[in-house]
Amino acid sequence: MENNIDVEEVKYKAKDFASDQDVRWCPGCGDYSVLAQVQRVFPEIGVKKEDIAWISGIGCSSRFPYYMSTYGFHSIHGRALAIATGLKTARPDLSVWVATGDGDNMSIGGNHFIHTCRKNVDLNVLMFNNQIYGLTKGQYSPTSEEGKVTKSSPYGSVDHPFNPPSLALGAEATFVARAIDTNAKHLQEVLKKAMQHKGTSFVEIYQNCNIFNDGAFDELKDKETKLDHLLTLEDGQPMIFGKNSDKGIKFDCDGISVIDLNDKNNSIEDVMIHRETDINPMRAFILANMTYDHSMPTPVGVFRRVQKSTYDESVKVQLEKVTAKKGVGTLQNLLYSGNTWEV
Amino acid sequence: MANENGKDLQSLEEVTVRFAGDSGDGMQLTGTQFSNTTALVGNDLSTLPDYPAEIRAPAGTLYGVSGFQLHFSSNDIHTPGDNPDVLVAMNPAALKINLKDVKPHGTIIVNKDAFEPKALAQAGFAVNPLEDDTLSGFKVHQVPITSLTQNSLEDSGLTTKEITRSKNFFALGLMYWLYNRPIEPTLKWINEKFGKLPAIADANTKVLKAGYYFGDQTEIFSTRYAVKKAELPEGTYKSISGNEATAIGLVAAAKIANVPLFLGSYPITPASDILHYLSGYKNYNVTTLQAEDEIAGIASAIGASFGGSLAITTTSGPGVALKTEAIGLAVMTELPLVIVNVQRGGPSTGLPTKTEQADLLQAIYGRNGEAPIAVIAASTPTDCFDMAIEACRIAVKYMTPVMLLTDGYIANGAEPWRIPKIEELPKFEVKYRTDTANFQPYGRDENNARPWVRPGTPGLEHRIGGLEKANLTGNVNYEPDNHDMMCRLREEKVLNIANDIPSLDVVGDVDADLLVLGWGGTYGTITESVNKLRKKGYKVAQAHLKYLYPMPKNTEEVLKKYKKVLIPEINLGQLAKILKSEFLVPVESFNKMRGLPLRSDELQECIIEMLGGDNGK
Ligand code: SF4
Repeated sequence: MENNIDVEEVKYKAKDFASDQDVRWCPGCGDYSVLAQVQRVFPEIGVKKEDIAWISGIGCSSRFPYYMSTYGFHSIHGRALAIATGLKTARPDLSVWVATGDGDNMSIGGNHFIHTCRKNVDLNVLMFNNQIYGLTKGQYSPTSEEGKVTKSSPYGSVDHPFNPPSLALGAEATFVARAIDTNAKHLQEVLKKAMQHKGTSFVEIYQNCNIFNDGAFDELKDKETKLDHLLTLEDGQPMIFGKNSDKGIKFDCDGISVIDLNDKNNSIEDVMIHRETDINPMRAFILANMTYDHSMPTPVGVFRRVQKSTYDESVKVQLEKVTAKKGVGTLQNLLYSGNTWEV
Repeated sequence: MANENGKDLQSLEEVTVRFAGDSGDGMQLTGTQFSNTTALVGNDLSTLPDYPAEIRAPAGTLYGVSGFQLHFSSNDIHTPGDNPDVLVAMNPAALKINLKDVKPHGTIIVNKDAFEPKALAQAGFAVNPLEDDTLSGFKVHQVPITSLTQNSLEDSGLTTKEITRSKNFFALGLMYWLYNRPIEPTLKWINEKFGKLPAIADANTKVLKAGYYFGDQTEIFSTRYAVKKAELPEGTYKSISGNEATAIGLVAAAKIANVPLFLGSYPITPASDILHYLSGYKNYNVTTLQAEDEIAGIASAIGASFGGSLAITTTSGPGVALKTEAIGLAVMTELPLVIVNVQRGGPSTGLPTKTEQADLLQAIYGRNGEAPIAVIAASTPTDCFDMAIEACRIAVKYMTPVMLLTDGYIANGAEPWRIPKIEELPKFEVKYRTDTANFQPYGRDENNARPWVRPGTPGLEHRIGGLEKANLTGNVNYEPDNHDMMCRLREEKVLNIANDIPSLDVVGDVDADLLVLGWGGTYGTITESVNKLRKKGYKVAQAHLKYLYPMPKNTEEVLKKYKKVLIPEINLGQLAKILKSEFLVPVESFNKMRGLPLRSDELQECIIEMLGGDNGK
């Protein structure tokens, strides 16, 4: 792999990544599934346990590092990405993962989020989006839908929510994806792609908080409804969905629409092809903005995956170049360079 | 009095010069060049740059005046001088603002061309002060600096704007002549700085020389002055500002301990220069990260510290306010971290470019919970070097955040620095834990420090965080007695540093009744004041605290030895408050918060008064 991370052959089992700490999320919480998928997929990413660090902020999801047997740092609210950026910049040899939530990452940590995306620090950022503040017991979050009735919005929230993939794309993120907590296989695939991507990999995970926002994503999970509401993205494939795979996404001068492939006037040729690696983020923005449009399915999978130099690598290369040019600085040079005189 | 080219040459022991002009007139550059050359010819010196927060305030305004004061001498000196002997005023506003400070019978050199009606009105002069008796009592030299600059660049092909921008070099050249300093160092600097712009380099060179020769030819000046070399201890010297000394000290510490240095920082006046310097030291294994905000500055440093780097964040008071929560995280996770606070006038945005010492309570106490950190302070520009190394030594030895306090005055002020020999530097080492036997993330060594483990070390994978920890295992723990124990343990760990620092030294008349006790950047003023009074026969003792938390173990004993203790501070009595509450000693304060260093004459008056006037001799 092109990353700086050492990828010697290592044989782990999922349980090798479980720490000795009791997991303390509410029974039934979507976090359990995410933890399980991460532990299942980690033996396959080929990185030694000691070379992995999990960094988190504050919130239910941010307890994540305690449950992994890797290095971990449960920090303060909103700052996970800033800490992870420092760690990765100082130690590009580590595989650095961030567990964060919609409150931690979109609200108090919003500034660090956009700047991490902009700099393209080689981090894997899993944002557990349950559209609620869980740990503080149920206030609306920056991703809660308008009108949401919570403890802090008894008459309904008047806030417009953030659209996380759109925000990430606006901040020039090079890898933007979405997955669903209980859709195990798909989540695992997305995690692997995130790991393989060099640069900031942002994965929004729809996560059910069964205590304060139960059923938020049921439409996307329920056997009966999910196929009509979920658009599973596949690179190079037409964007089709529906129980019988008979609906497609069309994009023309009228904009975006859902077409019925049973209708003779429509053909598979009319359906937009998904391209993860499109340099132009337009396609990815269209996908991101389907999210709150009820006439549209909700896309999951990789929205965008493009190559760009990473911050940590560039810092390292610059340091090496300057050192090669000027030579390794010594204490003698440090102190005695410049205009000196003798007394 | 010697005679040279028809001019008298008069010997002086010391001179204080102030350059003043518009913020766009290049006064800081002029002052810095004059200082560097003055250092090179062997004088002792101390400088005080004083500039407005606006980068280019509207030309000619009073609030746009930028000044640079420098005090140089053939003796050992400690302050940039209270009042200038010589004022160079590039425009009426500069004269207006600075005139009140010039010593009686002092010298004023003005750029006569700038005293035109519009500029006079802007500066609030109803009548041209060069034409009435405003300046009687001073030696005034009217020099048409703008037109002489223009004359010397007539054929240069440069625009009028470019030509006028060179006029500070004329003033500099003239001052070099007047004080008998060589122009070569500045010529060399011009060539290095403007190498890529030969037309500008050429112009500045010409104008500098024109200024120098003007002094020689004109009849305006009949006397030149010479200030002999100072008797400084033997060694290799360079002129250095506090911020540069801090930067070099941090790099030196990393080199001594053989660890990578990481700086996470956000630009803020007056601390940004440390970021600038460190970002140039890449070949010393220094990584600098200019963060998106103050919080990310410290957070990235904490991340790097977790990764095994000697991690630093640099800022000023408002930035410390933003970093506060993260400092608490470093306390809880017991990671080494150095926070440099170059203090400036507060509260809020306050006086960004001016100096103050009002962050002491913030440094020691300003966090939620019981969150002890070590706090130390540099006392002079060159002391920043030593204290930066000391901050790093304490941080890695005790696995603790350390705050290093400097201030705008010593950060921007410069003085000659006797460069230490490599073998004179303190020694300390970093040992990352690699041994897996009996590893406990919050196990403790003889200093109560927990082990520093670099991620990547097999078998030592562990988790840390901001939740309360159980001792030894480092597991999250909410038990009442554990929290009580851990709060005490963290406090004890930091207090224990008192066993590892020098004791508080008293100098001067050790057996006097009065002790003047300072901390930080007031050292120069206090030292000068005490020295001057002792020469006059007053009995005064002096001590300076460089370690504020914990304090040297003998602090109480020293305080209790004196009938009276005076604490001069550029705040409303913060150290005094701490000493009173810690040691129950009556202390008196001398406080001035003008955004400037304390004045030696005012402090001397205060001391004399405390000694009962002339009877105190
Ligand atoms: S409050 Fe919600 S998000 Fe938090 S652990 Fe419980 S179920 Fe999960």
